[in-house]
Amino acid sequence: MAAAACVFLAPRILAQEREIRVAAAADLKFAMTELAQQFEGQTHDKVSVTYGSSGNFFSQIQNGAPFDLFFSADIEYPKKLEAAGFAEPGTLYEYAVGKIVIWAPYQTPTDLKNQGWNALLSLAVQRIAIANPDHAPYGRAAVAAMQKAGVYEQARFRLVYGENIAQAAQFVQSGNAQIGIIAKSLALSPAMKDGEIWEIPADMYSPIEQGAIVLKSAKNKQGAQKFLDFLKSESGRRVLEKYGFALPNMPKANSAVPSRP
Amino acid sequence: MSMDSLLLSFRLALCVSAILLVLAMPLAYWLAYSSWRGKFLVESIVALPLVLPPTVLGFYALIAMGPRGPLGKLWIALFGHGLAFTFTGLVIASILYSFPFAVQPLIASFESVDQRLLHASAILGAGKLRTFRRVILPLSLPGVITALVLSFAHTLGEFGVVLMVGGNLAGVTRTVSIDIYDRVQSLEYGAANRMAIILLVISFGVLAAVYAINRRVWTPWTAK
Repeated sequence: MAAAACVFLAPRILAQEREIRVAAAADLKFAMTELAQQFEGQTHDKVSVTYGSSGNFFSQIQNGAPFDLFFSADIEYPKKLEAAGFAEPGTLYEYAVGKIVIWAPYQTPTDLKNQGWNALLSLAVQRIAIANPDHAPYGRAAVAAMQKAGVYEQARFRLVYGENIAQAAQFVQSGNAQIGIIAKSLALSPAMKDGEIWEIPADMYSPIEQGAIVLKSAKNKQGAQKFLDFLKSESGRRVLEKYGFALPNMPKANSAVPSRP
Repeated sequence: MSMDSLLLSFRLALCVSAILLVLAMPLAYWLAYSSWRGKFLVESIVALPLVLPPTVLGFYALIAMGPRGPLGKLWIALFGHGLAFTFTGLVIASILYSFPFAVQPLIASFESVDQRLLHASAILGAGKLRTFRRVILPLSLPGVITALVLSFAHTLGEFGVVLMVGGNLAGVTRTVSIDIYDRVQSLEYGAANRMAIILLVISFGVLAAVYAINRRVWTPWTAK
């Protein structure tokens, strides 16, 4: 009886063969929803997305996590997966370059436009939210930019770390931190419209190169490749651009890393 | 290897279990001896953290502690800063999280005290407080220790709530479970493993002590 109940209640994984299972970095949270919607409208394939931190996915995939496609906020992870034989060779694609911005909710009495970096040091700011620089690329970029701007030494005692960039954004959005350095893609999302954005000049941190790759263990390789091709298409690129990603300059089908001829 | 996070977790667990014992004692007493019919409602509330996912507790704790939440507003008015990302904030969230682990063993042991002893104590002229101190408490010592140890161990192993309200500050809110998670994410499996093993051994030791006390294999005090 109990066994029968378990079988009956178990999620029907096999029923949806055409599903494309995507592991996506947290900075894609809003862009990916729109990408998936457009893609589903065109192809009737189903895209199911799991969001998380790229480093976590990297460990999980090496331990057999059932994904078809991996979008990493740090291209190093898919590169390593490819080198270690966990990915389909030649499918690595640099889909975007992430940008960071300073974001403050309107309640925080700062004037980001005029203050810029100094807003982080303002008296009204007790907590600055960033992603954990130990393993999140956006966190690393935030620290590098603060160091370059010469505010890190004063700001570091105010830092709080989100487990990933989306949690850092949530810390500021909820008002628990007064200001944050977050992904532009999140700052542009509807949920964060009640705040001010100050873009950090791109030369203040090394580019946050994002890479996607089809996994060796993928059940739906064809679908995964199709979704990746959609990302390279004009409409896919437009969505990424809309959410504040810089696009790597390249012709339509090829990335910096040569894919199939 | 950094012991900071382990020490922090110990400090947190000690604070929480000590405060919980003080808070849980009168509540457990009332729940054990009250004859009010609506008691089951209070019991249900006390047991809630057992069934609620840490995300629910963490989510509400973060909102309550934020500048728009009641607790956060009060705290900002009193101390000038919010509660999230502070050690105090963690203590409050952990008290909620471990509440049933302190209250339930106390109720069970208070209820198992022989009623005749309580009556005898009353007939001999002892007040309620004196009866509690001289009769109930000594006889409930295993329950008290179980409550203390379980709430300590449960707080030591807390993860989800801390992840949601902590902000991962070294020495303030980076507990050992968060540290282990970070190490795994940074692919430092060796460091993660060392901390995890320490936690495993401590947890086993703590549980073995509780079960030994309950089975009367070991009596760290002398019963008279």
